[in-house]
Amino acid sequence: MITEGKKAIWSEYQKEIADDKFFYVRSCIRQNFFPGSEVAFLRIMRDVLKKDVYEHPCHTTCSGIGYHGDVVPVETAMTVVARQFALMTEAGYTNYVPSCITSFGLYTEILDTWHHFPEVEGKVREQLKKATGREFKIPGNLAHASDVIYKFRKEIAAKAKYKLVNKNTGEPLKVVDHIGCHYAKMFPSKGVGGAEYPYVLTGMVEEWGGQIVDYPERRHCCGFGFRQYLVQANRGFSVACSKEKFESMEPFKPDMIITNCPGCPMFLDRWQYVINEMEGKKYGQNGEGIPVFTYEEVAGLVLGYDPWDLGLQMHQTDCEPVLDKIGIEYAPADKYKLDVKTPSSKSHNLISV
Amino acid sequence: MEKFGFTISKIRQIDYDSNDRSIADYIYEREPSFRLCIECGGCSATCTTGNYTNFSLRELHILIKRGENSQVIENLKKCMLCGKCILVCPRGVNTRNIVILARQAFQKSDSYAI
Amino acid sequence: MSKHVVVIGAGVAGLEAAGRLSKAGFYVSLLEKEVKTGGHLNDWYKLFPDRRNSSEVKHYLDKLTLNDGIKILSGTTIEKFSKRKSHFSIITDKGNEIIADAVVVATGFDLFKSARKEEYGYGIYDNVITSAELEGMFRNDKIALCNGKIPGAIGIVHCVGSRDEKVGNLYCSKLCCVTAVKQAIEICEHLPESKVFCFYMDMRMGGAHYEELYREAQEKWGVNFIRGKVSEAGETINNRLVIKVEDTLAGRPLKMELDMLVLMAGMEMSDGGKKIAGISGLNTGENRFFSAADPHYGSNISNIKGVFYAGTCTAPMNITETISHARAAVSEVMDYLKDVN
Ligand code: SF4
Ligand code: SF4
Ligand code: SF4
Ligand code: SF4
Ligand code: SF4
Repeated sequence: MITEGKKAIWSEYQKEIADDKFFYVRSCIRQNFFPGSEVAFLRIMRDVLKKDVYEHPCHTTCSGIGYHGDVVPVETAMTVVARQFALMTEAGYTNYVPSCITSFGLYTEILDTWHHFPEVEGKVREQLKKATGREFKIPGNLAHASDVIYKFRKEIAAKAKYKLVNKNTGEPLKVVDHIGCHYAKMFPSKGVGGAEYPYVLTGMVEEWGGQIVDYPERRHCCGFGFRQYLVQANRGFSVACSKEKFESMEPFKPDMIITNCPGCPMFLDRWQYVINEMEGKKYGQNGEGIPVFTYEEVAGLVLGYDPWDLGLQMHQTDCEPVLDKIGIEYAPADKYKLDVKTPSSKSHNLISV
Repeated sequence: MEKFGFTISKIRQIDYDSNDRSIADYIYEREPSFRLCIECGGCSATCTTGNYTNFSLRELHILIKRGENSQVIENLKKCMLCGKCILVCPRGVNTRNIVILARQAFQKSDSYAI
Repeated sequence: MSKHVVVIGAGVAGLEAAGRLSKAGFYVSLLEKEVKTGGHLNDWYKLFPDRRNSSEVKHYLDKLTLNDGIKILSGTTIEKFSKRKSHFSIITDKGNEIIADAVVVATGFDLFKSARKEEYGYGIYDNVITSAELEGMFRNDKIALCNGKIPGAIGIVHCVGSRDEKVGNLYCSKLCCVTAVKQAIEICEHLPESKVFCFYMDMRMGGAHYEELYREAQEKWGVNFIRGKVSEAGETINNRLVIKVEDTLAGRPLKMELDMLVLMAGMEMSDGGKKIAGISGLNTGENRFFSAADPHYGSNISNIKGVFYAGTCTAPMNITETISHARAAVSEVMDYLKDVN
């Protein structure tokens, strides 16, 4: 592997990412899959980086999951998205930051469609006006939340309590990244580092002390794919996708996986459990799985947030091997708060903040 | 194994490196014209069997070459050895002999039941 | 006084044109941006389909141009180009002005920059090389991986940068299929134990003896041809390459590991040619090559009277075609200068 070659590509695919005053929109499924991640994002942005991040109470689903699952027609999705833009406009913001990769893909696709077919945009404006009386401006800057964390990765590193380094060996942790299909495959120029050698997560990992491992099936889908997973009969196809990735990364002995998308951490995490149930196979070291994290969780961990505040107990593949390697302090009893007699080490957790 | 209402799908990909290509090697050695096929489909267009059953001599050639042997075995017996395909082949492939040799190779091999 | 013709570019077309113009009694200045004349011929070891050593052709061209009537200005580029009445004024990078009665543009082609096909990992994976780099290995009689080991399985990817909307090149480069076949045979000759796989979209063997060479590759050398465009390459922990391709004739995706991947880089309008087009006002077509006045009977004629094209600056051509095209350009120049005073 020639790193210089990758660097040349990375330097070609840089995008504009706003610096402050973000209009943040949550992901409907991420809030359920990994409830600590979005809160961690807000906490990092507001408390650590002192940025203005606004959330609108009337924000709804972007309908992207329905669009990609073939139940919502694109015109409907466009009008829903137009309404989100209207909320941003009304709140006086222009920098739009979705938490979800599929949302980001959908927004990018819609903005591109409107750019090439202004008459479609006109029609959507009319529909929105008729239905809700609202009007909107096109965002001045559209960046995925991971782009924003990427942009501030150095600031986060400067305040970090931990590094992605094995405390016993001093070696950087070996990290596999997965950016999610909809981040850059449809519009490579909209992703940091492009689609073939994406840099967005790699940049964070390198900055925080870890080492990215490239493996042959890095570009392969995680197995969410909407229709693959949403229909139970198709789930075998979904697991097979994840399995293909695990088998390809296994020889590299990764310590952890860092992900971008709502589906990727979900499936790379849960399917390890399912594969083990069906085939008795685990892909990590010492008979363990390979822990999977969202980038917000990783940022939170290096900043020293409590793992259970970050919601890591929601992972089906245990995260403890990585916590132990880094040397992160945690109270095992707090994981599920099973032991009622032991008072928890914190009076509140992030989810209720 | 089925669990949670589904099984893990098998990949459709031809795994070239782990496939057994000994049948192809057996034919290459005895019928060098096997190498000359350019997959034009002349043979399968004219083949009686191919017109009435799911059989293509062209495809059979490629499946043998890739070592997709279970699919080959399924189809190998369909050929009637009529020789029509030889008349058509622009590359002078001895098509009949390839079928004959493939049957031989499978019979001789312990790994396949035919 | 004999008329003065400037030939831009001293590759096959430029050398042939200069030599023939000189024979016809013109005074010739041959400008070449590189130090050495011969263009791509210098990078190629053996030529298809007859496997001649390229130096034999170079030798022929050198002999043709070793002549007092030809002034070779190598290491020279052109900064300004203008026409005054029937004369051309060319200002070189060294600030010299050359006045010419006619100009032959023979700026040739550049090889497609393979790193642009990001998915193949040229410049990223250790053992992904181009057809030109493989020629270098043939010349040095050593086909080896980065770690010095001998490759056991070698893949050749056709159409890299040609017939590909994604890189803006809709055309076929015409020569890479036969180059792939020639190189596949040469690999087998050098490394009899190795296995060679050509991944092609179509086998375009449209030259004299090309198809026969393809047949030889199959029959005598056992080269494997797999129809499908390689979609991506990756690198295994053992430093081998994994490629994905659809075996379109089997109708199934296929994956295999290889030790080395050779990219058949296509031909593109040269950067030098683009620069000349920019400063001279010569027309280029949608494939960015110079566009000739008529594709059938005016393939040497440009939109500027007195400027003529020779060779691959107008379209991909093999050496035979390039030499014929250069000769035709000379005949156009003669015709033109007959009437110009
Ligand atoms: S790669 Fe396959 S699944 Fe994905 S968009 Fe293309 S055709 Fe659809
Ligand atoms: S990687 Fe998986 S979850 Fe992520 S975008 Fe692709 S299919 Fe969706
Ligand atoms: S010999 Fe077999 S393959 Fe050939 S035409 Fe007859 S039946 Fe078809
Ligand atoms: S006719 Fe000959 S060349 Fe064509 S597919 Fe059949 S065997 Fe191959
Ligand atoms: S000659 Fe062959 S390899 Fe070259 S562009 Fe044409 S089809 Fe592709």
